Amino acid sequence: MSLWTRVRDAFRGDRLNRELNEEFESHMEEAIAEGRDPDDVRHAFGSTLRQREAIRRVRVAGWLEGLKADAIFGWRQLRRNRVTSAAAILSLALAMGACVSAFRLIDALLWRPLPVATPERLFALSRAELTFEGKPTHFDGWAYPDFVLMRSAAKGQAELVAVSYTERMDLTYASDAEMEKGLVQYVSGWMWASLGLHPAQGRLFTQQDDKVPGAHPVAVLSYDYWSRRFGRDQKVIGRTLRIGDQLLEIVGVGPKSFTGTEPGTVTEIFLPTMMHRAVTRDDSTWHRILAIIPPGTGMEPLRAKLDAINMGFESERAKGFTGMPQESIANYLHQRVEFLPAATGVSGLQADYRQALEWLGALVALVLAIACLNVANLMTALAAARGREMALRVSIGAGRWRLVQMVLVESAMLSGLAGGLGALLAWRAAPLVLSMIGSRDNPIRLALPSDWRVLSFGVLLIVGVMLLFGMLPALRASGVKPVSALKGGDDPHLRRRMMHGMIAVQVAFCFLVLFTAGLFVKSFQRLSQIPLGYSPQGLLLLESVAPHGKLPQTWDQVAEALRAKPGVERVAESGWSLMTSSSNNAVAINGGPPSVDLVYFLPVSPGWFETMRMRMMAGREFLSSEVNPGAAVVNQTFVKRFFPGENPVGRHFEEVGDDGSRQHFLVVGVAADAPYRSVREAQLPVAFVPLREVDAKGVAQPEEGITFLLRMKGKDQTALMARAEEMRKAVAAAGAGIRVSNVRTQQELIDAQTLRERLLAMLGMFFAAVALLLAGIGLYGVLNYSVLQRRREIGIRVAIGARKAAIARLVTQRVFSMVAVGVVAGVGLGLASARYMESLFFQVKASDASMLAVPCAVILAVAMVATVPAVLRALRVDPVEILRAE
Amino acid sequence: MKKQDSLQGSLDLLVLTILSRRPKLHGYALMTAIKETSGEVLTAEEGSLYPALHRMEEAGWIRAEWVVKGNGKRARNYQLTAGGKKQLAAEETRWTTVSSAINRVLREA
Repeated sequence: MSLWTRVRDAFRGDRLNRELNEEFESHMEEAIAEGRDPDDVRHAFGSTLRQREAIRRVRVAGWLEGLKADAIFGWRQLRRNRVTSAAAILSLALAMGACVSAFRLIDALLWRPLPVATPERLFALSRAELTFEGKPTHFDGWAYPDFVLMRSAAKGQAELVAVSYTERMDLTYASDAEMEKGLVQYVSGWMWASLGLHPAQGRLFTQQDDKVPGAHPVAVLSYDYWSRRFGRDQKVIGRTLRIGDQLLEIVGVGPKSFTGTEPGTVTEIFLPTMMHRAVTRDDSTWHRILAIIPPGTGMEPLRAKLDAINMGFESERAKGFTGMPQESIANYLHQRVEFLPAATGVSGLQADYRQALEWLGALVALVLAIACLNVANLMTALAAARGREMALRVSIGAGRWRLVQMVLVESAMLSGLAGGLGALLAWRAAPLVLSMIGSRDNPIRLALPSDWRVLSFGVLLIVGVMLLFGMLPALRASGVKPVSALKGGDDPHLRRRMMHGMIAVQVAFCFLVLFTAGLFVKSFQRLSQIPLGYSPQGLLLLESVAPHGKLPQTWDQVAEALRAKPGVERVAESGWSLMTSSSNNAVAINGGPPSVDLVYFLPVSPGWFETMRMRMMAGREFLSSEVNPGAAVVNQTFVKRFFPGENPVGRHFEEVGDDGSRQHFLVVGVAADAPYRSVREAQLPVAFVPLREVDAKGVAQPEEGITFLLRMKGKDQTALMARAEEMRKAVAAAGAGIRVSNVRTQQELIDAQTLRERLLAMLGMFFAAVALLLAGIGLYGVLNYSVLQRRREIGIRVAIGARKAAIARLVTQRVFSMVAVGVVAGVGLGLASARYMESLFFQVKASDASMLAVPCAVILAVAMVATVPAVLRALRVDPVEILRAE
Repeated sequence: MKKQDSLQGSLDLLVLTILSRRPKLHGYALMTAIKETSGEVLTAEEGSLYPALHRMEEAGWIRAEWVVKGNGKRARNYQLTAGGKKQLAAEETRWTTVSSAINRVLREA
């Protein structure tokens, strides 16, 4: 109460004064009314000023009043230098906003613990292993039977929980006509209890709901999905939904904060693992394993135990690999179980973007440092101009800390204003970046709460920034010695040297930002220039399903219906499209042993190559009479690997299954190389086989899912997607029981693979431009200041006959040597840090001369431009005027 | 010559006591009251009275309100608060203890 009134009174000092005067007046009037002599009364009352001050000391929080005075004074200072203040605030706001945005993203994806009971006890089981071909890799997917063995082995020491990779599935709450997509995650029934989670509605499932394969048709909705899809309708409990041919009952809604275990994906529907189609299969690795390891359990003994169990399981499985070369089996069995900390959950997004985000964080920190150095330089220059004012304040008795406070209040106002603007920026920027890395088909949903974590980061940032650029000028200002300051300063060069030092640091940071941005832009360029071997523009993909399978003729009828649509040039069918899925097996040539290198297969219809506009290097496409197994079209890499130096057309190969079964194929054509699953990896040997599959007796087999490939007129992506609904209806209208489950474009699939590089390149360019601009402004400011300071010297030099070139050199020499120092330091920093980012580059070498030369040239050019105004100013110095003024 | 302030730190006690018996007095009336009730022995200087009043108000012992006087001008009237009553009791106890102690010293030393 008392503190509050004191604080309040600090903000209404005038009113307090008026009221005190009024009270004193009233006192004196009373006295005079009683007949006392007015002069006497006034004399007795003494000095009202002193009384007032005595009372004010009681009534007003003095420190606050001082702060208020400083704030008003600071505000006037900022307004007096309006342009510089605005530039400082804007550059800081940009940098701080970028910092907070980066923090929000990094925190949400990588740092924020899962909202479960003991996140620090949570670990993910992963294995360091070799691929069949012998390449080292890490994999965190497991087969359920393996999980069951490991869980019982760990009993009493740790609890293991299976959580599937989230899947985007077709589902319906009513009829087939109202199919929708939902993100489904299969989880162990005991997950909820183990993680200490409680339902928001209904119940969560338990161990009892996860015992017998296919026997527990229950579902739990996530709170987020319940809110968005059902508007938090409590009657949703007890409703049923259908996924494929499973009818499931909704029994509850998960807790509000829990969005699944994969940051970046918000699970919509949780199902028990027993409802997964592959729960009994030992060859399908469809889930992750989370371990909750209580304190007191030895990690290494447990790891070794699980390792042994897993090895036993895999060795048993490998006994079935009769058709595989020994080398491949040995590679396969080379695996080691590991625990990875999973307090923040586990997701592919984390793995893909960890390094990229860390780099982004470092980048914005550098930009912030550049902005701070700029403002520090600015404040130093301003402080120089205010040297006399400070000296005056010291001489009339202002304490050192009082002056520090005064300058810091000014800094605080700058950083506070910048922080406010920056917050606006961060509020919009973080979701924008997320929307850039998500695709239409796989939107990234990451909770980005503006909670105490973000808030305290913001406050820390503002204080840190304030101290960073305010402390030095504040200490210098307060350390001023009145005598020397009033005489003109004892060391005028000291301040300039400091500013020059800051320029060098700025240039080094700027170089670093430019250099890394250049590497990312180059990486993205390289990735986008990868030859695709076909023309993706104008290709619309209809991923279609037929619940119980349809014979090839039926699929062909639908293709025929699509062909009749206007704007559709060609239609072909394939098992799936390039860049979506993969299927591989070993092959054997001339009845030899199966290959260690795997061959990747894709079933396609006649006319597929023409529709793709994929060039045939030799031979021909499939005929409609050809079936699988039988004919094959192979790619150039296949030829290089298996038929080096020969004409492959007319040659034979066998596809060898894990169990040793062999299927015979005749090569009828050779297609150009095209990336099969990723534009990043080296070309794989690919064999295209006819879509029409027959069994051993030659009977055609029904197909459950096929992708229609439509070559459309026009290349515009949006125009292409605008036809999606029409095509979906056309397939349904064909009345063959076939339904489109997903519509995409081939271009979209390709773009999705370069999203990270595109993002890095874009943000890199953006921050490089900002850094360059800031460094340029800084350079300009320092030069301008030094010319102003050296006017007298320049005037004298001109008067005694110095040439213009000499003057220009005089002004710029120091600054350019500082730029040179900065660039050299930047090259060193850049080369050192590039090593930590190598995995983010694509076919780009950091030590490449051009990667280093371009940023150097750009920085030098900017430095040139930034010096022009100061040089002109120096050349315009009129000696007569200067000497007269002195 | 300036008169000596004769209250020696007991101003709070006097003000609180007077306000407890006669609520709503302004500063001048308080000053007069101290003078009159003490038989003109004790005088409260303006220079100490007003800071003391504002200090006690700040401490929450007394409350002030503006009232309009007959001539249309405002005066600031003071009255005791609940906290002030407690403070008064404490000050009285302290005063009794101190004065009886001083008396003992005067008698027995």
